[in-house]
Amino acid sequence: MLINHPLLGPRDASEFTYLGDASLLNRPDWQGENAVEAFHDYLYLRDNPAGLHRELWFHEQGDRSWLVVTRNTLTHEITEVVLASEVAKNTKRFEGDAQ
Amino acid sequence: MSVNRLHGGLIDHTTALSFSFDGKTYQGQAGDTLASALLANGVRLMGRSFKYHRPRGVMTAGSEEPNALVELRTGGRQEPNTRATTVELFDGLTARSQNHIGSLKHDLLAVNDLFPSFLSAGFYYKTFMWPRAFWEKLYEPAIRRAAGLGSVSFEDDPDAYDKGFLHCDLLVIGAGPAGLMAALTAGRAGARVILAEEDFLLGGRLIAETQSVGDMSGADWTAQMQAELASMDNVRIMARTTVFGAYDHGVYGAVERVSDHLAVPEAGKPRQILWRIYSKRAIVCAGALERPIAFENNDRPGVMLAGAMRTYANRWAATPAKEVVVFANSDDGHRTAKDLIAKGLTVPAVVDTRADAPDMAGTEVLKGAQIINTKGRHGVTAVTVRLANGTTREISCGAVANSGGWNPNLGLTCHQRGRPVWDEAIHAFVPGGDLPMGQSVAGAANGVMSTHGALETGTTAAIAALGDLGITATAPDLPQVEDRPANLSPFWYVSGAKRAWVDFQNDVTVKDVKLAHQEGFRSVEHLKRYTTLGMATDQGKTSNVTGLAVMAERTGKSIPETGTTIFRPPYVPVAMGTLAGRSVGKEFHPTRLTPSHHWAAEQGAEFVEVGNWLRAQYFPRKGETHWRQTVDREVLATRASVGVCDVTTLGKIDVQGVDAAEFLNKIYANGFAKLAVGKVRYGVMLREDGIAYDDGTAARLAEDHFVVTTTTANAVTVYRNMEFARQCLFPDMDVQLISTTEAWAQYAVAGPNSRKLLQKLVDPGFDISNEAFPFMGCGEITICGGLRARLFRISFSGELAYEIAVPTRYGDALMRRLMEEGEEFNVTPYGTEALGVMRIEKGHAVAAELNGTTTAANLGMGRMVSKKKDSIGSTLSERDGLNAEGDLRLVGLKPVQSGEVVAGAHLMNATGPVDAKHDQGYVTSAAYSPILETSIGLGFLKDGANRMGETLRMVNPLEGQEVLVEVVSAHFVDPEGGRLRV
Amino acid sequence: MSDLKPLTPLGGDIARLDQIGVLRIAENPNLAIASLAARKGRSADVAQTVKAALQIELPQPGKSRRTVTHTVWWMGPDQWMLSAEHNAHELLADEVKAIVGDAASVTEQTDAWCCFEVSAHCEHGAASSEAALFALFERLCAVDVSQMVVEDATRTSIHHTGCFLIRKEDGFCVIGPRSSAGSLHHALVEVAGGLG
Repeated sequence: MLINHPLLGPRDASEFTYLGDASLLNRPDWQGENAVEAFHDYLYLRDNPAGLHRELWFHEQGDRSWLVVTRNTLTHEITEVVLASEVAKNTKRFEGDAQ
Repeated sequence: MSVNRLHGGLIDHTTALSFSFDGKTYQGQAGDTLASALLANGVRLMGRSFKYHRPRGVMTAGSEEPNALVELRTGGRQEPNTRATTVELFDGLTARSQNHIGSLKHDLLAVNDLFPSFLSAGFYYKTFMWPRAFWEKLYEPAIRRAAGLGSVSFEDDPDAYDKGFLHCDLLVIGAGPAGLMAALTAGRAGARVILAEEDFLLGGRLIAETQSVGDMSGADWTAQMQAELASMDNVRIMARTTVFGAYDHGVYGAVERVSDHLAVPEAGKPRQILWRIYSKRAIVCAGALERPIAFENNDRPGVMLAGAMRTYANRWAATPAKEVVVFANSDDGHRTAKDLIAKGLTVPAVVDTRADAPDMAGTEVLKGAQIINTKGRHGVTAVTVRLANGTTREISCGAVANSGGWNPNLGLTCHQRGRPVWDEAIHAFVPGGDLPMGQSVAGAANGVMSTHGALETGTTAAIAALGDLGITATAPDLPQVEDRPANLSPFWYVSGAKRAWVDFQNDVTVKDVKLAHQEGFRSVEHLKRYTTLGMATDQGKTSNVTGLAVMAERTGKSIPETGTTIFRPPYVPVAMGTLAGRSVGKEFHPTRLTPSHHWAAEQGAEFVEVGNWLRAQYFPRKGETHWRQTVDREVLATRASVGVCDVTTLGKIDVQGVDAAEFLNKIYANGFAKLAVGKVRYGVMLREDGIAYDDGTAARLAEDHFVVTTTTANAVTVYRNMEFARQCLFPDMDVQLISTTEAWAQYAVAGPNSRKLLQKLVDPGFDISNEAFPFMGCGEITICGGLRARLFRISFSGELAYEIAVPTRYGDALMRRLMEEGEEFNVTPYGTEALGVMRIEKGHAVAAELNGTTTAANLGMGRMVSKKKDSIGSTLSERDGLNAEGDLRLVGLKPVQSGEVVAGAHLMNATGPVDAKHDQGYVTSAAYSPILETSIGLGFLKDGANRMGETLRMVNPLEGQEVLVEVVSAHFVDPEGGRLRV
Repeated sequence: MSDLKPLTPLGGDIARLDQIGVLRIAENPNLAIASLAARKGRSADVAQTVKAALQIELPQPGKSRRTVTHTVWWMGPDQWMLSAEHNAHELLADEVKAIVGDAASVTEQTDAWCCFEVSAHCEHGAASSEAALFALFERLCAVDVSQMVVEDATRTSIHHTGCFLIRKEDGFCVIGPRSSAGSLHHALVEVAGGLG
């Protein structure tokens, strides 16, 4: 597979390490109500779609960027690749992190 | 001249090459393959079949060959299951037939052929049900011996194999008429083109047929194309290169056989290269593969595909026999007969299944006739023909040219689950619409069964592919080619035949297919697995469609309704050595050497692999006969005076930024924000699920600067996780990370005299006295006259100890200096074994304890997990399930009287049953403590903190061990830590 | 300076030099390296101060820049590597930190790396020399080396070893992890020996 790195262009998937569902960006508030349940769901409950899937890849043999890759799990077609840090910055985060 | 050598062709009649087959020496010509040279020498029998050990000869002229598999070369270069049809002849080549016991002509296992019903479809499933014990003792060895193909020598392959990576706009697979035109069109347009051809000559069918292209022979026209393509810098012609797989996003795998045509590769050069080709577009121009008609005893040596017979005659000036009967269901039969006659061969008859077949000069066309049997022990001597009127006629001959039509060679179109579709016009499967990304198909591979069509579609496919890339290409002038349609009338097998082969390599007959149907294995996938049709090295290239046709007829459905098989990579077998490349032996993975490696090697150290690192395990001295002697000495000397150990392999991550301390608060379960500059703190990292996964120290060099150390094994993982936290979880923090593991040579200097030794090296002006540089202090200093260094007062051994780091290039010299200056203290280098003993004596956890199931609480460090702040894993570490009463706790263990503590053993109460239900815990680490003069261990014990002094049974039922052990503190040595602080 | 004697990454007192056919593979131990990572929101400051002090522009992704004294290449977002001759700039990290102040994090990287300068000198001219270099590197890494122009810099994997590859006027500079220098050198030399 090739992943079209937003800064470096197409790179072989072998340069990357796969993590999983991009929902891992949405880490819950440790002080929220039911924090244990929220963390449990965050860590263990994942969608496993047959189709488009947003997932995290780490460019380990490259620029060390974490990427959010939108990949069709049926065809391996990759439709979007963005820097995870950009997504994370735009993710509405819990208060504790805003400082 | 050899008996069956003809005139002409593309071989060099003036250059003779000597080779041997089954120990007998023959002469071939330059340009021959092993198959063509054997045929020219009158050798038809080349091997034995897989199951029945039937005599077999060559059937095809390409990589689809099912029969003529040989063991090529000898010794480390011996290569089994090599297709004689693709082996380029070289002087001194040696080959042997395979799959027989005794000689090829008198194979003892040919007895299998007498019991075909015993070995029919589903044989494995039916036979090897019981008794179970027979499997390993009888069935397995017997089958391996009888049904195997070639053998290997078990010697190391002396040759090198390279891997490589290529990039192009357009990959053209196959250099027949379609491929040549596609490459020419794209090459002239300036695109980056790779033209890959499996054969050692370009041209495909153009160099196998007598048909002219324009006013030239096919070979001359090919040569002209090749010359123009070779003159273009943007075109790379790769002959002897098989594209074997189509992978995601335009990536193709290919094997280039660089040196296979030589007896021995040129010095240093690889035998083969495994290429990964990144293509923006690819055109499959792989042509078509002929399919045989199945008839009784159609597997005798001499029965060949008609197209192959023409290839041998036209290109290689070779023939299996002087008299050849042609059997066909299209005008290809006539074409074959015409070519053979032109080469001076006799064609007694063309047996044509079509009642309306046209007549031809020079031979008799038997219309509406079928070959119903063949004769001959080790090769065809005659065929029996059933004429249209029902009478039979026996015709003597030495070979049969057999043609049942052509199947597009569409393997590569299926590698991404593409499904072929049935084309009623050509009675064959053609590529479906679901091709791999960026791939298109041209020529015969796409069902275009004429030379003109191949030339034309090669061009149009190239123009379309380049158009996608924004490159404008124009069609070259197409040469005139006279094509006549073949007028094929489908005919798959001769009815009534009992043993008519469909799959020659797996010995699957028409009857086997029918049996599969009868027994309910009717889906194509079941048929394949039940009969083994289409398996093994040829993957059914000549047999799948015929098998399907027989099944279709049985089920009363059409062929497309019956199904289709698709193909997976690799298109042809790829040697394991090719896939391994240069990653073999000592180069299996990169080796990482520590800064003191060369010095340690001089000392005669034993090394141990830790990941890719080689670390000194222990340093044996003269007179020491057992590793334990060495390790005990190293431990005792360190604890008595001073020892030095290379700890460079521990991961080091430089953490800087305004929020560096805040960031480490997130990464470590315990707090780091308040750590003073110039201090080091031990920290434990959790996974988000609350399990401890790494530990180490972080040293604060400045307000905004820390150096984090990780375990050797987890250096990469910790860095990755820290980048994840930085980029994905806490993107607003100002923190920068970089690994500095290799930048610094770091040595542990441990023992009561460690300070005295270091004081001899540290430059004046730096005070490392206990007061000025207390336990857990750190600082940047200079040593040995101005060399920058980092000093950390930390201890893994439990002794007064330091770790000193200098730029790696000075690491070797620093080790030597430590040894020189430490002579007065009897300084002792120690390796990972002594390191391990001392850490067990001190009760420090390592990977054996941080084993992916243990929490900080299990490790006795539950109170380190701060509840006042958020850190990775802190929330879920509070889960009830991880905090139950009586959970496992890290404890020390030692035998009550005698015996050894053994890692992996389990702990049971002093009395009561020994079973999983009564399990009390397990031992994680064990060592002999030379200080305590006893075996000791660390382990996890239920409610361990409250069971000090209790006697347990340590059991190892696997080896019948049972030892009474006492539960003690994990800190065997200096539990108060007084030694650390002096 | 200290009387401790340095070793080259390959463990020698002097740099290793291999001439294989037209290819020349030279270990370059005379290299000081420092990483430079801009603090949050300080990229422009860093670029400006570095430019003012060293007359070198911090390059975009996939690129490097060089002056007579310094080379700098992009390593990751807001992160660069700077190198200079070790003989003259052993304390490069300190020099750079003095330039950028609190606008960037600077880390000494000098001995984390080994460096091999790979060049080709073919009597048939520059094109043949280039062809030899491309033939070597296409068997070492997945980078489309023939399309790299001078100043291109990328990180890639050479025989399972993560390396920086920088295109220079006379060839390529391979910068890999120092502890694997032997394996990396072995790969370069073995593959070079198999060309032809």
